[in-house]
Amino acid sequence: MAGKPDLLPGTLDMLILKTLTRAAMHGYGIALSIKRLSDDVLTVEEGSLYPALQRLLVQGWVKGEWKTTETGRRARYYTLTAAGRKQLHLELSQFEQMITAIGRVLRDPQEA
Amino acid sequence: MGKLWRKLTLLFGRGRFRSELDEEMSFHRAQMEAELVADGVSRDEARYAAKRRFGNATRLQEQSHEAVGFRFETVVQDLRFALRQLRHSPGFAITAVLILALGMGVSVAIFGFVDAALLEPMPYSSPNRLLDVAENAAAFPRSDLSRADYDDWKRQNTTLSALDVYAGTGFLLRLGSTIEPVPAARVSDGFFSTLGVKPMLGRGFLPGEDQPGKPKIAILSYGTWLARFSGRRDVIGQSVSMNGESYTIVGVLPRSFEFAPRRDSEIWVPLLDKNGCEQRRSCHNLYGIGRLRDGVGIDAARADLKRIAKQLEAQYPGSNRGQGAAVQPLSELIVGDVRPILLTLLSGAALLFLIACVNVASLLLVRSESRRREIAVRGALGATPARLIRQFVTEGILLAAAGCAAGLAIGEWLMRLLSHLLPKVMLIRLPFLGDVSMNAHVMLFAVAIVLFASALLAFTPVIRLSGVDIQEALGEGGRTSAGRFWQRLGANLVVVEIAIAVVLLAGAGLLGKSLYKLLHVESGFDTTHLATLNVMAPDANYSTNVKLIALYREINRRLMALPGVQSVGLTNALPLQCNCDTDWIRIEGKPFHGEHNEVNEREVSPDYFATLKAKLVRGRVFTEQDDLSHPQVIVINQALAKKYFPGEDPIGKRIGNGDLAPDTMRQIVGVIRDVREGGLDQDVWPSEYEAIYRTTDNGFSIAVRTTTDEKAMIPSIVNTLHGIDPNMGVYGELTMQQQIDSTEAALLHRLAAWLVGGFAFMALVLGVVGLYGVVAYSVSRRTREIGVRMALGAQRSAVYSLVLRQAGWLTVTGLVFGVACSIGASELMRKLLFGVEAWDMPTLAAVVFVLGCASMAASFLPARRAASVNPTDALRAE
Repeated sequence: MAGKPDLLPGTLDMLILKTLTRAAMHGYGIALSIKRLSDDVLTVEEGSLYPALQRLLVQGWVKGEWKTTETGRRARYYTLTAAGRKQLHLELSQFEQMITAIGRVLRDPQEA
Repeated sequence: MGKLWRKLTLLFGRGRFRSELDEEMSFHRAQMEAELVADGVSRDEARYAAKRRFGNATRLQEQSHEAVGFRFETVVQDLRFALRQLRHSPGFAITAVLILALGMGVSVAIFGFVDAALLEPMPYSSPNRLLDVAENAAAFPRSDLSRADYDDWKRQNTTLSALDVYAGTGFLLRLGSTIEPVPAARVSDGFFSTLGVKPMLGRGFLPGEDQPGKPKIAILSYGTWLARFSGRRDVIGQSVSMNGESYTIVGVLPRSFEFAPRRDSEIWVPLLDKNGCEQRRSCHNLYGIGRLRDGVGIDAARADLKRIAKQLEAQYPGSNRGQGAAVQPLSELIVGDVRPILLTLLSGAALLFLIACVNVASLLLVRSESRRREIAVRGALGATPARLIRQFVTEGILLAAAGCAAGLAIGEWLMRLLSHLLPKVMLIRLPFLGDVSMNAHVMLFAVAIVLFASALLAFTPVIRLSGVDIQEALGEGGRTSAGRFWQRLGANLVVVEIAIAVVLLAGAGLLGKSLYKLLHVESGFDTTHLATLNVMAPDANYSTNVKLIALYREINRRLMALPGVQSVGLTNALPLQCNCDTDWIRIEGKPFHGEHNEVNEREVSPDYFATLKAKLVRGRVFTEQDDLSHPQVIVINQALAKKYFPGEDPIGKRIGNGDLAPDTMRQIVGVIRDVREGGLDQDVWPSEYEAIYRTTDNGFSIAVRTTTDEKAMIPSIVNTLHGIDPNMGVYGELTMQQQIDSTEAALLHRLAAWLVGGFAFMALVLGVVGLYGVVAYSVSRRTREIGVRMALGAQRSAVYSLVLRQAGWLTVTGLVFGVACSIGASELMRKLLFGVEAWDMPTLAAVVFVLGCASMAASFLPARRAASVNPTDALRAE
């Protein structure tokens, strides 16, 4: 997976939560959705996805439900809970603060 | 809260969690595959690619689980793994657990006794405010109080809230038609309230009830109430006949009550009338207990009583000259003698425990060495060092816990065994030793040493492990640097073991030698074939000297008629009991300044010395004529002759009491070789022997010299005595040998010698096994090196010396350390030694010899194995 930028640390949870605001999705769907929406720049590795999902489940930010997919297989669909929505807002605002801060630092000195 | 709940459901639904995750992941893979196939990749390749991308599913699962699970779940994993490890090498596991259990069991059991004797408070209210109060004199650091002195002390002291006294006595108790001698005690009125003990039935003694002329009342001990009065509650108010007089029972003591100085007392009565002794200020027969006033220290009390004693000395120079006051905590009186023994035993047990731990630790080291590869593999598979270390810590703690659980069981069993083995005589003196049990203190102690063992066992391999380099271990089997490191650590541990074994062996040797010396101390008479017993003749029938003489003669005649009886002697006190019943003498015609010349005073029958086979040095012994109608004569021992008649012939000289009153004057007619009247470990005192035919004392002892087994004779002797008078109380029937074995000194020394001997034996075995382990292991590590040496032409003898030299160094180092430590340790237990110095060379030499031989034997086996190495095999094996 060399060549592709690593996910910014701490952002995976946020990406998952954001993805789930659009619809209930299974794990594969989440990975696919993140990949597509980022134009193949962000790849969620399965090695981090599932531990992260479990973490979110335990925190109570997402709910898992077993449903049958269109292909007839059973899959766990994750939906955002109210607490998850709150958490997402929190993380988004923190993230934005962070980005702004980084942006300020990275700006050329002359412009300042 | 919700989070915890979800975590808990996950924990208990682990199986479901796993299968759901599995399903989810395989769905994911299937989707990936499908996508790849759709992109035109072949089915098989798509499956591989999906698998590759997905990575290690198991690991992923673990990670997912870690993200949500509890930390201790991995602990459980470690524990399971540790258990599996131990199951794989049951020999190691069982050995380690057994060794630990043994060390722990012994420590816990001994601590139980220490706790019972030294830490458990006496069953009185605020026991640390209680004092043992006595007088003292030049010859006696602690002597009884006289009743007159007691009255003065009680009245004049300002530091004690209460001062009470007790004295041993005995009664002939009549119950129905039987008459039995029972040990009893006379106490002052406040005795029980000073201790803070309330009778469980009836009442205690009221103030003033101990005064002369008051009614005769009695309080029963709990055991007596149960055994002799069948525990009836209506005994209160009943009267019993004791010594032919009627006493009213007013109370029963609670079950928990015990008073070690008079533990065997069945009946407690108030002092009441002054007996012959108590009418004289110079006669001492009472011991005191005092309770400190609030805010007063023991030193203040001692100074206070010394002040009173000084005043009395000035007031009554004749009787009180040199009589001071001796005050110590009551606990000191009760446990003072056993404390050094118990502490010695506890130290011994601690050393044994240490050696056990060290032994197991070195076993663990050996194992960690042979598990280097396993560790390396686990490390290569991704186990973090922390996780690996945790694994070893878990194993160490598991071993320690298993060993200690077994140790607790062994400890409990040992406690019960030891309390059974404790001689009855000892339990009478030290009643608290009888109720040793697993109480909170003992459990606390057990927990403490479990923690110690766990820490030791957990961290020894960790120290070792931190030196492991995964690559090196995997690549080459790693027997170079780390191997040497281990050898050093393991070797040091063995040196510790050997040193401890030396200390314990030397201690056991010294104690054993002390015991031997004690039991073979010169007694001055023939202790074999001698049966002894005590008699209490009822007052009513034998109130006069004439009647008593008739009884003595009848006893002599009837016992002599028994087949197997060679001779019969009577005395007021048998030998080897105590330096007590003393008299103050003054030699006629010698300068005298009122000093108290303390000598043992014994009354004996004409045949007494012949019965003991005590040797007459000069003059004569008593005859049938030495009674009240003839001038008083005495026999003295050599110690008295040497002290008071140095360089003179004492025969014909006269001695008397301090005032040389005519009726006390007695002429010396004989000198006997010293018979040891006091305990085995006490000095021989000057003693005077008077004729028993002049006495009016109806309690006396009989010694019977037999030609056959003296023990078998005792029943017929007792029967004969009861045949003379069925109302005669007979008690304490023992052979002289039993008497010697059951003296306090012998008991304590025997207990110490046997237990420390046991510890030492275990230490010897553990130490030698430890050495064997180290040497054998080192040989197995060096097989290749030895093979090379032999291939290059080394002789077998060279291989032997290679191995033996290493073992020899370890042994010698251990021995040198051990000898140095044991001299120090023996110095500490000097109080327990009798007739042996702490640096007793023969003992130390013997210990060094035994341990040296055992060590050489232990290292010879591996050396032989090394020497028989086949060079080609050894080289090829790697």
